[in-house]
Amino acid sequence: MELNLPILSFLIWLPIFAAVIVLWLGSLDQAEAGKSVALAASLLTFAVSILLYTGFDTTTANMQFVERVAWIERFRADYYLGVDGISMPLVLLTTFLTPIVIIAGWEVIRAQPTQYFAAFLVLEGLMVGVFAALDGILFYVFWEAMLVPMFLIIGVWGGERRIYATVKFFLYTFLGSVFMLVALIYLYLQAGSYSILDFHELPLGMFEQLMIFSAFLLAFAVKVPMWPVHTWLPDAHVEAPTGGSVILAAVLLKMGGYGFIRFSLPITPDASQALDWLMIGLSLIAIVYISFVALAQQDMKKLIAYSSIAHMGFVTLGFFVVFSIALNGNGGDGTRLALQGGMVQMISHGLISGALFLCVGVMYDRLHTRQIRDYGGVVNTMPKFAALMVLFALANAGLPGTSGFVGEFFVILAAFQANLWLAFVAATTLVMGAAYTLWMIKRVVFGDITNKSVGALQDIGHREFGMLAFLALAILLIGVWPAPLVEVMEQTLGQLIEHVLQSKL
Amino acid sequence: MEVIYLGIVLAPLLAALIAGLGGRLIGRSAAHWVTIIGVLVSFLLSLLVLKDLMVDGAQVYNGTVYHWATIGNLSMEIGFLVDHLTALMVSVVTLISLAVHVYTIGYMKEDPGYQRFFSYISLFTFAMLMLVMSNNFLQLFFGWEAVGVVSYLLIGFWYKRQAAIFASLKAFLVNRVGDFGFLLGIAILLWSTGSLDYEQVFGDAERLSGVSITVFAGVDWSILSLACICLFVGAMAKSAQIPLHIWLPDSMEGPTPISALIHAATMVTAGIFMVARMSPLFEFSETALSLILVIGATTAFFAGLLGIVQDDIKRVVAYSTVSQLGYMTVALGASAYSAGIFHLATHAFFKALLFLAAGSVIMAMHHEQNIKKMGGLRERMPITYWSALIGTLALVGFPGFSGFFSKDALIEAVHASTAVAAHYAYWCLLGGVFVTALYSFRMFFLVFHGELRAELSSKEIPQESPMVVTVPLIVLAVLSVVVGWPAIEPLLFGNFFSDSLRVLNHHDVLAIVGMEFHGPAAFITHSMATSPVVYLAGAGSLVAWFFYLKRPDLRDLIRQKVSFLHRVLVNKYYFDYLSEIFLLPRVRYIANVLWRVGDENIIDSRLVNGSANTIAFVSSVIRNLQSGYLYHYAFAMVIGLAVLAGWMVLRA
Repeated sequence: MELNLPILSFLIWLPIFAAVIVLWLGSLDQAEAGKSVALAASLLTFAVSILLYTGFDTTTANMQFVERVAWIERFRADYYLGVDGISMPLVLLTTFLTPIVIIAGWEVIRAQPTQYFAAFLVLEGLMVGVFAALDGILFYVFWEAMLVPMFLIIGVWGGERRIYATVKFFLYTFLGSVFMLVALIYLYLQAGSYSILDFHELPLGMFEQLMIFSAFLLAFAVKVPMWPVHTWLPDAHVEAPTGGSVILAAVLLKMGGYGFIRFSLPITPDASQALDWLMIGLSLIAIVYISFVALAQQDMKKLIAYSSIAHMGFVTLGFFVVFSIALNGNGGDGTRLALQGGMVQMISHGLISGALFLCVGVMYDRLHTRQIRDYGGVVNTMPKFAALMVLFALANAGLPGTSGFVGEFFVILAAFQANLWLAFVAATTLVMGAAYTLWMIKRVVFGDITNKSVGALQDIGHREFGMLAFLALAILLIGVWPAPLVEVMEQTLGQLIEHVLQSKL
Repeated sequence: MEVIYLGIVLAPLLAALIAGLGGRLIGRSAAHWVTIIGVLVSFLLSLLVLKDLMVDGAQVYNGTVYHWATIGNLSMEIGFLVDHLTALMVSVVTLISLAVHVYTIGYMKEDPGYQRFFSYISLFTFAMLMLVMSNNFLQLFFGWEAVGVVSYLLIGFWYKRQAAIFASLKAFLVNRVGDFGFLLGIAILLWSTGSLDYEQVFGDAERLSGVSITVFAGVDWSILSLACICLFVGAMAKSAQIPLHIWLPDSMEGPTPISALIHAATMVTAGIFMVARMSPLFEFSETALSLILVIGATTAFFAGLLGIVQDDIKRVVAYSTVSQLGYMTVALGASAYSAGIFHLATHAFFKALLFLAAGSVIMAMHHEQNIKKMGGLRERMPITYWSALIGTLALVGFPGFSGFFSKDALIEAVHASTAVAAHYAYWCLLGGVFVTALYSFRMFFLVFHGELRAELSSKEIPQESPMVVTVPLIVLAVLSVVVGWPAIEPLLFGNFFSDSLRVLNHHDVLAIVGMEFHGPAAFITHSMATSPVVYLAGAGSLVAWFFYLKRPDLRDLIRQKVSFLHRVLVNKYYFDYLSEIFLLPRVRYIANVLWRVGDENIIDSRLVNGSANTIAFVSSVIRNLQSGYLYHYAFAMVIGLAVLAGWMVLRA
């Protein structure tokens, strides 16, 4: 179904335009009005984004809601937007989380609130742009521009070591992206256009593919983040304000996964196949090694940050295990199962890690500490909050009936079709994931009150309950009935896997 | 029919949601009413289903409720399989759940978490029903983990107690170790059959038994055996088989009603149920069956021994449960699935009864759980006394009681088995019978006979529990006596399970036992004439009577004589030592090393900040060149010119 409304442009530019208004209201000392505009704009953006879902044609793998106008004619770069089954759910994830993040900061951000909210609105527009861009240069512009608001969010509203964390975050991600730019320019020179879909069809030699794959790898591995380029993440999370952590974990990390499935796999399928052992190895290290590291954490945000890395390991595992499945599998749909698993894991991790960071934020707003040892017995004073946090923790541990289960389940089932031991190692997450998550819950939520300040805690109000409850509903819905999400991606992933398994050589 | 099945699972779920989310709004009595009605509806509907199958000869139902997800040709569904096995399990689960719901009104009367508790036990009932009614592995795994989570929440129900929240975490993690195996088992089956549906997977079992998979280079295993062993690892955790039994005794930190419901009658038997349900798979794997036989027999005897040295009333019953689960497991290993399920059902009644009786005693003793401090409760609590006696007799296998039929048939079946380890299993089970009687009557005499050893003020004199507690006791006591008699023939030697369980002809040990079966009464006389079981039970009871009533002074002497054995038993074979003192600190050490050394030192300090520092250092050196003094630059220029000129001259 081809709609004539430029929905994607609307989703990109409405928040950015609203951000300008919010900033303007802020300069007039109308902070309250500014906040309301920010919330209204983010809610409107979400409402419009639902049209993407309702109007989505699940029977085709083609790009939908396409917009294309010439942009920089000299370089044949176009303003070229569109979504398929891979990007549409990620756009929805972005638009769903932004209002929640704005609500989360509602009463908490006291310093320059309008600028804070404006930064998130700009960020939202740019993130949607990243997922919707079908032109290499446009993609790159959104990709890099997105760093700026995130840089500001951590650098201005962050914790004590925010400058260290921001610089580390910026350098890490920027360094990776530069190589990606080189790869994009090379692809342009070969293909004669910046269209990503043209890149997909471009025949490339093995050496070219390996070089391009490596360039992309640097950019995307940092974003995911994969071991060993992951150490910026815990620092960035710890210093970021709650909203920043939520967006960072929920959406920014997904861009790495998105990059792999949109660029690396289809553009350089042979290099991906040749190096799949590396990707699988790094994914397994993320799952096992990082789970151990998570177990040792004393700071809740760091623990969830490490847990994120471990969970994102399932995304990269799902994406790159497809070659071995095609080789060793039973000829069934294991490959598709693996890609579905990786994708569902991305969406699910977005919701669950976002929710957990919000939970830490709720506690941090009250006691101004993130150290596990400063808590204990939170359930005594905050029963409503505790119930939700335990639910999110169980989802993080991959409990069936929550979204956290679906992706891991698919990936483990699929990984077995590649190799028994692969599934064996990946499945250790069942024990480790539960261990680090629930051990934290035991020390933070349960127990008797040992700390006076915990005894004085106030349970969550309507605002906080609302934002957490929405996330809880989404997590449960996907867990109980993932079909609507899976169905959206089915055709796109089916076509992708055919494309990827076809050698370009 | 589908509406009825949906009703069975949804009624408790709905009740749980109402009591859980609206608990504060609707108040305490509404919370227990709504959940009791939910479970009652479920129970009545399951009786209807049972009647349809048994009396009206309804067909097995195997249908989809909704599509969970479809990926390529792989369709994952939520659906029900309702046959005789399901119907029996559903009825037992809802009946025990109903009794426990009613009992809870009395037991949790003063607890501030009253509504939450009712919500949890209803939620548990829902999860357990989803598990037993499933027609596919996805839903089985959902139910499997969901019961585990509710168990986690309930063990840690009194969240202020460190012991309780420790036990809940331990239970969850040990069960996750089992789930790890279980999930791999499912993955193997999906890989080899391309389906998660029972019917399709079972249909492929015979083919799979001939196919092998390379585990290590050069080591090929039968796919089916590997799958069955993986699945059984799941069952070992859930059904507390050595060495994954360590969580069950600790789970006694939870309130007593859930010990009866979850940790005796239903959840812990999920593993038994699962293996029986998978009998079309396990039948084709001699390896898996032998493993099951050995693990079960070992658990049955050695866990029973531990019951003798426990002083906590609930822990005695807990080890007894572990041991009885071992009996059921042995039956599975001997391919006597129906005997295992029969013992599961009778055990559900008498063990729930024993737990609830223990709870009644605990209430009367003002939450004192040490049996050494009890005694003489017989006159003060007559209903509890008699029901506990009935439960104990059923457990030790007094002729005619339900436990007698199920246990005796089970042992006879193992006796008839020709499996490799059947001899070992048989002797373990016989020893277990003696041990069971010993610890059961030890506890019984210490609690109810002799003198009260606790020092209680006159206000605290133990009294009989209220009606909501005693009525469930009476109901369960009646059931514990009567269910064996009419059930043994159709369940074990009839065709009750013919639509659910599969036994290969050369494995059919129950058929051998059945040749000697001429009605329940003849079964009793035949057993007393040919089998030592009843006499062993009697001997165990006599020993308990001698040392705990007649000559208690001799106990210390015996303890000194066997002090080594006693120490091993008191330390529970050092399993907890191994996991908590040995394993846990090492895991934490590894975690810390990986973090501090791997992440912080090598990656972050050396590589990341190291490269930044290197650049900073190099640039700080180079920066010295730009001093800003003209004569420095002029000097450098001259030197440079001189070098250049010299090089050109020399070259020429």
